Amino acid sequence: MKHPTPKATRHVNQNEGLIFEKSSAGKAAWKLPPLDVPEVDTTKLLGSAERKDLGQMPEVSEIEIIRHFTRLSTWNYAIDLGMYPLGSCTMKYNPRVNEAVARVEGIANGHPYQPEKISQGALRIMQTLSEALIEITGMDAITLQPAAGAHGEMTGLLMVRAYHHAKGNPRKKILIPDSAHGTNPATAAMVNYAVENLKSDSRGMVDLAALEAQMTEEVAALMLTNPNTLGVFEQDIHKIADILHAKGGLLYMDGANMNALVGKVRPGDFGVDVMHLNLHKTFSTPHGGGGPGSGPVAIKKALEPFLPIPVVVARPDNTLGFDYNRPQSVGRVRSFYGNFGMFVRALAYIQANGPDGLRQTTEDAVLNANYIRKGLEGTYDLPYSTPTMHEVVFSDKVQAKKGVRTMDIAKRLIDYGFHPYTTAFPLIVPGALMIEPTESESKEEMDLFVEAMKSIAEEVEEDPQTVLDAPHSTRVSRLDETMAARKPVLRWKSGA
Amino acid sequence: MRYLPKSPADREAILRAIGVRSVDDLFAPIPAEYRLNRDLKIPRQMAESEIVDFFKQRSRENGDGYTSFLGAGAYLHYRPVIIDSLISRGEFLTAYTPYQAEISQGTLQSIFEFQTMICELTGMEVANASMYDGSTAAAEAVMMAVRLTGRRSVVVARSLHPEYREVLATYATHQGMPLAIAGYGENGRVNLRELEKTVNSETAAVLVQSPNFFGTIEDIAAVAEIAHRNGAMLVVSIAEAVSLGIVEPPREADVIAMEAQSFGVPLGFGGPYCGVIATREKFVRQMPGRLVGQTVDKQGKRGFVLTLATREQHIRREKATSNICTNQALVALMVNIFMTVYGKVGLKELAKQNLAKTAYAAGQFAKHGKVLFGQSPRFNEFIVETSEDPYAINSRLLGHKIVGGFPLKKFYPELGNAALWCCTEMTTRSAIDTAVGLVAESERSVNAPEEVDAEEVAR
Repeated sequence: MKHPTPKATRHVNQNEGLIFEKSSAGKAAWKLPPLDVPEVDTTKLLGSAERKDLGQMPEVSEIEIIRHFTRLSTWNYAIDLGMYPLGSCTMKYNPRVNEAVARVEGIANGHPYQPEKISQGALRIMQTLSEALIEITGMDAITLQPAAGAHGEMTGLLMVRAYHHAKGNPRKKILIPDSAHGTNPATAAMVNYAVENLKSDSRGMVDLAALEAQMTEEVAALMLTNPNTLGVFEQDIHKIADILHAKGGLLYMDGANMNALVGKVRPGDFGVDVMHLNLHKTFSTPHGGGGPGSGPVAIKKALEPFLPIPVVVARPDNTLGFDYNRPQSVGRVRSFYGNFGMFVRALAYIQANGPDGLRQTTEDAVLNANYIRKGLEGTYDLPYSTPTMHEVVFSDKVQAKKGVRTMDIAKRLIDYGFHPYTTAFPLIVPGALMIEPTESESKEEMDLFVEAMKSIAEEVEEDPQTVLDAPHSTRVSRLDETMAARKPVLRWKSGA
Repeated sequence: MRYLPKSPADREAILRAIGVRSVDDLFAPIPAEYRLNRDLKIPRQMAESEIVDFFKQRSRENGDGYTSFLGAGAYLHYRPVIIDSLISRGEFLTAYTPYQAEISQGTLQSIFEFQTMICELTGMEVANASMYDGSTAAAEAVMMAVRLTGRRSVVVARSLHPEYREVLATYATHQGMPLAIAGYGENGRVNLRELEKTVNSETAAVLVQSPNFFGTIEDIAAVAEIAHRNGAMLVVSIAEAVSLGIVEPPREADVIAMEAQSFGVPLGFGGPYCGVIATREKFVRQMPGRLVGQTVDKQGKRGFVLTLATREQHIRREKATSNICTNQALVALMVNIFMTVYGKVGLKELAKQNLAKTAYAAGQFAKHGKVLFGQSPRFNEFIVETSEDPYAINSRLLGHKIVGGFPLKKFYPELGNAALWCCTEMTTRSAIDTAVGLVAESERSVNAPEEVDAEEVAR
């Protein structure tokens, strides 16, 4: 490394094979209590359905399991270790009280079919969270059932389709800006809508003239991320809503970037009809290496009849219950009630913040992103000079002249002790570096990040090969992804 | 606010560096008329101790301290304590999706081991990194079969979890996928004669569950024969993963859509759980969801990466196999640790205990009520038919801190006063005896019912 980095130091970590390579017959990490009922003859009970052999399942002891997974864990980067500036992913601190309350006995072990009389605690949690999210978004009603953001998108579009269908024409198309997340078009296809691309203007915003031209009575909705994936707030948002509404269309907001708005402005107030939230982004539930997520969908009154079943309602005796009798419902999108454990965590986060804390959180997220923008402007190309909110998108235009691309810079960042930013997205910026610090970073951590990024830019000028070969400090160097895809090895086999 | 790492002086310094006077200047792009000029009407900021108290109170209102005989797609099994010790490590808990392989080898290797063990247990050749849950996994597996066969219609067993069926119906509505239902016979299994009549040359997939919603193990070979003879694919849903310790997996299936909640995932009032799809190697490119593959780095060292991403939404957009983006990584890690703890021998012994407890309970219940579908093999659930409404019985059981079986009339009106009971290794003989005693008592007193609106209470 050209400049020693104050952020990270290399240290020894443990090697570890696959768990199957540690297995040998007779080792065990389990112990069952003595059986208090008569033993059974499994062959007699099951006949030909009896299983004789469990193949190559491992046999290992408890200490080996602890070491195995602890060693694996040390090979991961995590928010708990440092800044995780993945744009659009919103890697913020995951408070530990969330985890503690999710494990309280009656909450962790509640059965989804236990009688309502003894489910009032869970129902109250769902009700309280729903009310808070409705207030935060400025919408009228909500479903918590979708299991993730993309699942929320699907649920939202199902309601859009049901709404239009009830009016006599389900319509054919969904408009999607070219800066959108890949889930948006994939979702539209699942709900059998054709996707029509909408171009961005020179400011990185929706092109109003194009929207006006493309908006017809065959367009069911526009799926808009706001602030968009450039971090830019769509200033003409109400005009956008007006254009859609004039032709009977609906405004769908992808709430992936809601963390830039909470407590400052409400989508329901600027014309949004339906939107999803990602509880793992804005409301601090842990990403866990890629899930579980949770994707509630908030809607305006006109869409309420179409909510998935069941819906939480108050009974005449003031207890809470589930209402299944909703003839216009789009149906069910998941078994039971959704990722309840995530509702618990999100509510604990909202309670820890209150109205003042949530507003301050949003302000800090925007403050941090602008601090980084200021710090790196001039070093990296900023393709859109429009003011940005919670994230900022640079391009690798300057570094590309030396043959160094955004992915190379990202990989080099690893050697400086940081997780990479989001690369090559949004698609409208060639060679994008999408950076979102979130509110969870201190000034010191961001100063180290800016310093690292500037240092890499210098390396690109003086010694590009070092950057091209990065990372240099990790357990494994860049992996052969082509081979992985061409000859897929998707499971361990003995002797292989 | 205790989660925010900045002093007022830091904020001032940052504002100066950016060159704006106040933070509100940064929100200037939002038109003034929409800005919120008041506090959100949500509960005030609470101390950590208050938050803990709030949830402990909710816990007390939520069945804490009850003995339950509920299964029906969500099962109470013992969770070894090391599951929570390990998944609480920040490096697992607070990591993102492992796109940056060099600093995500921990998550990637653990998923690779998960995929391997799911293959071993299901008898399939490949498994994905997880799906949302068993219901959405089943729907996605069926859509996979639609893509692979080029056919559109689907035959679904009525003995499939009714909520899985509802989810599939929602997904199918706008995919132009007509659904037909095949009923169950006297033995609580798919009615093969009816299935035979329903499956035809337009059928893309036959979807059954085994053990099915009634706890009965299906005759998979016979179902597969009918499906395959008609050129349709067989999709088998498994909702009770522990059954795989003692019940032969549906090896004749083309796709298996599983719910792995039983493997160390808390009941959690219905989620998050862990769906997973397993299939044959030749179908892998139509499989939805993330996959981890083995490869080498520049020095030839073994490593793992997310692979075959060209199936996915961030590359293929509207042509992707699914819109699925997240999986259930942390829950899959729970499942992985559970499978590792019990392993080859433990899973079998665990499943045997489930079988023994259930056989005992069904035998006891049979002395006082009718146990349906007794002639077919079952795993850890059985149906008890009583003279009295099971809601009324359950209402009485609740007074003894017992949650009785799941009344079936909501989904199967033709089964009348039948309820689905479940026993696992966690169910004690004394709890079974108490429940049987109370049901027997209520059967005896059925002619002199108490004046309670039982349905209202126990709903």
